[in-house]
Amino acid sequence: MDLIELGVPFSDPVADGPVIQRASERALKAGTTLRGVLEVAEQIRGRSQIPILLFSYLNPVLRFGFARLAEEAAKRGIDGCLLTDLSVEEAEDYVATMARCGLDTVFLAAPTSTDRRLQLVSRYSSGFIYLVSRTGVTGERDRLSEAARTLVERVRAITSLPLALGFGISKPEHVAEAGTLVDAVVVGSAFVRIIEQKAGTTELEESLEKFARQLSQALPRRS
Amino acid sequence: MIQQSLPDERGHFGPYGGRFVPEILMAPLEQLEQAYLEARQDPEFQRELNELLRHYAGRPTPLYYARRLSQFLGGADIFFKREDLLHTGAHKINNCLGQILLARRMGKTRIIAETGAGQHGVATATVSALFGMECVVYMGLEDMRRQRLNVFRMRLLGAKVIGVDAGSRTLKDAISEAMRDWVTNVATTHYLLGSALGAHPYPMMVRDFQRVIGLEARQQILEQAGRLPDVLFACVGGGSNAIGLFHPFLEDESVQMVGVEAGGRGPELGSHAARFTCGSPGVLHGTYSYLLQDDDGQVALTHSVSAGLDYAAVGPEHAWLHDTGRVEYVAVRDEEALEAARLLARTEGLIPALESAHAVAEAIRRAPAAKGQIFLVNLSGRGDKDIDIYREHFRELDEAGDANLPTF
Repeated sequence: MDLIELGVPFSDPVADGPVIQRASERALKAGTTLRGVLEVAEQIRGRSQIPILLFSYLNPVLRFGFARLAEEAAKRGIDGCLLTDLSVEEAEDYVATMARCGLDTVFLAAPTSTDRRLQLVSRYSSGFIYLVSRTGVTGERDRLSEAARTLVERVRAITSLPLALGFGISKPEHVAEAGTLVDAVVVGSAFVRIIEQKAGTTELEESLEKFARQLSQALPRRS
Repeated sequence: MIQQSLPDERGHFGPYGGRFVPEILMAPLEQLEQAYLEARQDPEFQRELNELLRHYAGRPTPLYYARRLSQFLGGADIFFKREDLLHTGAHKINNCLGQILLARRMGKTRIIAETGAGQHGVATATVSALFGMECVVYMGLEDMRRQRLNVFRMRLLGAKVIGVDAGSRTLKDAISEAMRDWVTNVATTHYLLGSALGAHPYPMMVRDFQRVIGLEARQQILEQAGRLPDVLFACVGGGSNAIGLFHPFLEDESVQMVGVEAGGRGPELGSHAARFTCGSPGVLHGTYSYLLQDDDGQVALTHSVSAGLDYAAVGPEHAWLHDTGRVEYVAVRDEEALEAARLLARTEGLIPALESAHAVAEAIRRAPAAKGQIFLVNLSGRGDKDIDIYREHFRELDEAGDANLPTF
């Protein structure tokens, strides 16, 4: 694994499928807050230099405050943020505030995005751009969509930023295919499902590690 | 000048409104806005909409002077705008007819909607049947339980009703699930949102389709009373019937306006849906507005006896009208709404929807001290769908009838 997406649970995750919805519910029930997630980041940073991207819906961050988040996130070694429901049109203040603390702002690009929107997304993004492989919520699928290939080509044509592809990527075959197109692949729900199934058992760590290995071995080798 | 020209081109009402959705939905919202702005200018679209409103929905609705209720209270003269007489039983049909014409114009073949009380779901199922489109309605399981009659009405009309088992199992969760469907099926599907909330252009578009309420009421009161009303009353869940009534009066400075929220069981968070009394600005379902939330920005659970008012956020134009002081927002508790419904039934023979009963309750509270004033109350829906709840609350009627009550 080359990067961790650390999610902040939200009560109304409209872009997420059932697996992440249930995970959010469990996390909130257990008392997870944005502050708590920042502390987790600090613990990870204590023993690893792996890049960390904070992933949240807008409202918990609005409540916390952009400036306070930028400061705290930078202090705890977080590298960047992605806010699922913050469109580029509304993002000026947020992007400037994060940039002042040296944090990257990652935005989503989708198959439905018009050319004008892709230009805006690439202008406001730093670090990388997160491409949504298909229309729909997060969750596992059998095949990688054709729309993904087209989107990658359209975004490559307008930016030199690295591209990551996510949504529906859950199997080594997906990773192998996506790995030929983009610089990074994002696997979320498939990991969260393993956690849901194995939480509290001795097999959890081993299952996650095994799955992560299967996925990374499927990646095409870089020259 | 003031409010009537809002929102701005990015969908803002002052600091409120806007478009806060995942990127997948941004371009579809831009297309919807474009299609709506074109349709609004198209005389043929307006002609077709007006014909449907007149011959199918039953417009114009009457403005009715409630003589017996006014005399009983001994103060203000109370008029009701009778949206309860519309086809499907509430104002929701005004917006549904507008949006289904727009959906057809955009080449969409599938309609989805959320519903709380079921009135918007029924209206959406109705127009979908009328236009031969597939229709899926999302409804919280708690709302399905308390609005059973409307669930069956939707199914009879050919709609698929999908129960949502998340959060408080009410309107908020139904909207989230409808948004997930839209994200997935956006190419073929129009999301027929039922209130003046959500991402731009919905708050503007739904308001425009509901303005007919206020436009008619303004003309009718001038004809019947010879002058403008002193106070307007409307209940506010998302706020579509209220903004529809208020908007054409915004520039009439002498006209006061009161939006009535659900005070539920009391002021504790989780027991009501009083966003203006107890909430603070935040983002939910695509728009920046007043929101009931905890200190961590998690959306709070809500309660109201009325499913249509049981929602944690409110339309962004109301947030702006609140901050500018143009509209006053108050909360009415479950008990007060139920008692108001009973009084209206006994004095005027009108059984209001529980939502509308909140507006009636506030008018009743203020009327005795307002001799010489004209009150105009939006009776946004009728109470047929709420008979089970009324029956549960007024149990003594099942046994003794109303014999022990005073006569008016």
